[in-house]
Parts: sequence; C-alpha cells; structure tokens
Amino acid sequence: MPIALFIAAFTGIVLALQASYTFTGAVPLYFVGTLVGKTVMLELGPVLTGLALAGRVGANIAAELGTMRVTEQVDALETLAYDPIAYLAVPRVLAATLMFPIIVALAMVMGVTSGWLTAVNLLDLSTVEFVRGLKLFYQFKDIWFGLVKSMSFGLLISLIGCMKGLSVSRGAESVGRATTDAVVLSAMMILVLDAFWAIVLL
Amino acid sequence: MIEFRDVHKRFGDKVVLAGFSLEIRDGETMVVVGYSGGGKSVALKHIVGLLEPDSGEVVVDGETVHELDRAQLTALRARIGYVFQFAALLDSMTVRDNITLGLRRQGLPEGEQHDRVAEALALVDLPGTEERYPAELSGGMRKRVGIARAIALRPRYILYDEPTTGLDPVTAAVIDRLMVRTRERLGTTSVIVTHDMRSAYTVGDRIAMLYRGAIRQVGTVEQIQRSHDPVVRQFIEGRPEGVTDAEQAFAGTAG
Repeated sequence: MPIALFIAAFTGIVLALQASYTFTGAVPLYFVGTLVGKTVMLELGPVLTGLALAGRVGANIAAELGTMRVTEQVDALETLAYDPIAYLAVPRVLAATLMFPIIVALAMVMGVTSGWLTAVNLLDLSTVEFVRGLKLFYQFKDIWFGLVKSMSFGLLISLIGCMKGLSVSRGAESVGRATTDAVVLSAMMILVLDAFWAIVLL
Repeated sequence: MIEFRDVHKRFGDKVVLAGFSLEIRDGETMVVVGYSGGGKSVALKHIVGLLEPDSGEVVVDGETVHELDRAQLTALRARIGYVFQFAALLDSMTVRDNITLGLRRQGLPEGEQHDRVAEALALVDLPGTEERYPAELSGGMRKRVGIARAIALRPRYILYDEPTTGLDPVTAAVIDRLMVRTRERLGTTSVIVTHDMRSAYTVGDRIAMLYRGAIRQVGTVEQIQRSHDPVVRQFIEGRPEGVTDAEQAFAGTAG
C-alpha cells in the first residue's frame, strides 16, 4: 500500500508537469487535468501499481510457499488431509483479487490529487480549471475499466506466485529461482493483459 | 498392514527404488536403514500417497494407495501419522494450532481437541508449550512437537522420517524413548527410516536394509547384527572400506 501510494503521488506530479510542458501554447492549460485524470485512471494507476505489487506480493507468495514446500510444510498439510491448493493458494488468490482494486482506487485518488496540487502550486492553473479539465472527457468507464484491470492483475500475480511457489522442488536456490520467475512472469503478463483489456474493452 | 510390492521409482535419470518390496506387519516397529540419499524417505512418502510409484504398488490395509480417490486418500491419511525429518511444523502457527490442524480436519469438538493437545504434549514431555511458535523451539523440541502432532490423531500407523538425524546423542536417545513409549501406550505400527544404527537397535523389532533401490536383507535386530552379508556388515559397522559403494549411493548413481 505505501509503495502504491508513493508511486501514484510521484506519477501525478510528473504527469502534470510533462503535460504542461507538452501543451505549451498549443493546447489550453486546463487539459492538464484531463491528461492527468485519464492517464492515472486508465493506465498508470493500475499498471504501475500492478508492477509494484508483482514485486511485492507475487514475490512474497512465491517465496513463502516455496519455502513451505522445501521445508515439507506442504507435504505435512497433505498428510494431515488438507488440500494445499484449497488451503494455501485459494485464500491468497481471493485476497489479492479483491484487494488489488481497492489499493488501485486509492492510488488513483492519490495520483489525481498530487497532479492537482502540482498544477495549482507549480503551474499557472487554478483548481477550477484543473477540475474543468478533469471532467471534460470523463466517463464512469474510466474508473471501472481501471478497477477491472487491477482485479485481473491481482488474480494473475497471486496465481503465478502460488504456482511458482508450490512447484519448487528442493533447496534455497530453487526458492530463489521461483521467486524471480514469479516476478518476471507476472510483470510480463501484466503488460500483455493490459493490452488485451485495451483491445477488448476500450 | 503396509506392503510394498515391487515398487519402482525414478526422478529423471536417477533410479531411486528398483523393485522395492517389504511387508510391515501390524503392531511391529520396522526400521528401514540405508545410505543417505538412497531412497528411504522416498519409500515412506509412497505410503501416504505423497509420491506415486512408476510401477508396482503400495498397499495399506488392503487398499492400493495410488488407486484411491481423493476422499479415500483423505480417510487413509487420517489413519497415518507422519513425522517429518525437520518436523515440518507450520511456522506461522503456534504449537497448539499445529497439533489441532489434523484434529480440526477430523471434525473433533473443540473441547476434545484441547484435551488431545494436552495429552500429546504430555506424552512428548513438552507440556505448557502450546502457545509458542516453532521458531522459539530448539531442533529437538520441534521434532517432539512433530511427533505430538502425529500421535494426537491417534493413528494406526506412524511413519518417522529420520527422527534422530542431526540431534545430539542425548536428545536422540530421548526421541528413541518417545518412539518406544508411543508404541507401548498407543499400540501403533511404526515405520522408521534412519541411518542411525544405535536408534535402529533400540526401537526396532525388525530392520530392513535398503540398498540400490531394493531390500538387501530384512530380519530381527539379532539377525541383522549377525548378518554375513558384506554390504549389511559394512553399513552396520560403519566401515569406510569399499567406500565406492557408499559414494555411489551418495551420488545417486546406485540409487
């Protein structure tokens, strides 16, 4: 969560400044609000948060389950008549899928807020104008599109983390490899899935 | 009764079990000895269906383990307590939660779960450790909790994977005594996998020597001690001559 908000805050600042730099003279400055809003909600909020959480959550799941596999804790669960998938993987996947949109929603709020603060303090733009730009092409779809995307990222990251973690065979080296694989694969799949949603939903 | 019938198992190129056959009678304590990396633990895992044989079968109480469906396998596992080499306690849970894990699965009422935990911990001489976490326990204590977790289920069979490996001689002797006590109090049939001959002599009714993926010799403690088989003699006496065999077994080329 702090990572997601940190990323969103700085993304908002940079977006506002870059927009104003790009627009100079040619486009009315209040479009800064439009650009910050659209970009944060549609793309950067979900994707940057997703990438950060792939490193944070995906790696955590893979390393934890991998270590449990190596130390025979997964085998122990099986001998105690538990299904490791149901007991270890399902709760993690559910939690990630449900919680990711909430984190991304907060990141969106943070991104737009920091963009607004930047515009007001560093650019020659008033709050009224920033909000005018923000509302200009806004559709409700902008928000739910971002949230649906982040839900799918949560599902993907946790699934890959569980899969890689539980498939660890032996030793610390194998846990390390599974963790790296989980992060790399998740990061790549997030970008692929991002393109997929853009094609299907936009 | 647990029966291995001509079990073969390989991992990639490494042949681990090659025609492994062994019968464990009800009520006895069978000790399987053999070189490190020689497939003893692999054999044990076949009994609870953690591994499936490439060919051959493992039969427990007349049921072929790898042919059981999920529900039957669950029922079978409820009759078997498994003590892992490094205890395999879930480190995110307290000792109590670790022990109740299996009991909850069996649907035991909470009051009875509580009693079973206390009883099992008393049997392994660790009363009062219920609320501690595995990381706060020594290696020997963790092993004893592992044994408590297995016996709390009041299983018909207990499988011990290297119960005394890596422990100091005194703690190892404590574990030996626990295994004997468990058997006396609960009447369980035990399979113990170890390369600790002192432990094997202390707790075993019969000893089976696993060599190159199959049983080289099986017999009572006295029979094994009087064995004329050079491979068995070398192993039980711990003689380094003819180390090539030992080295091969270690490297896995001999299984």
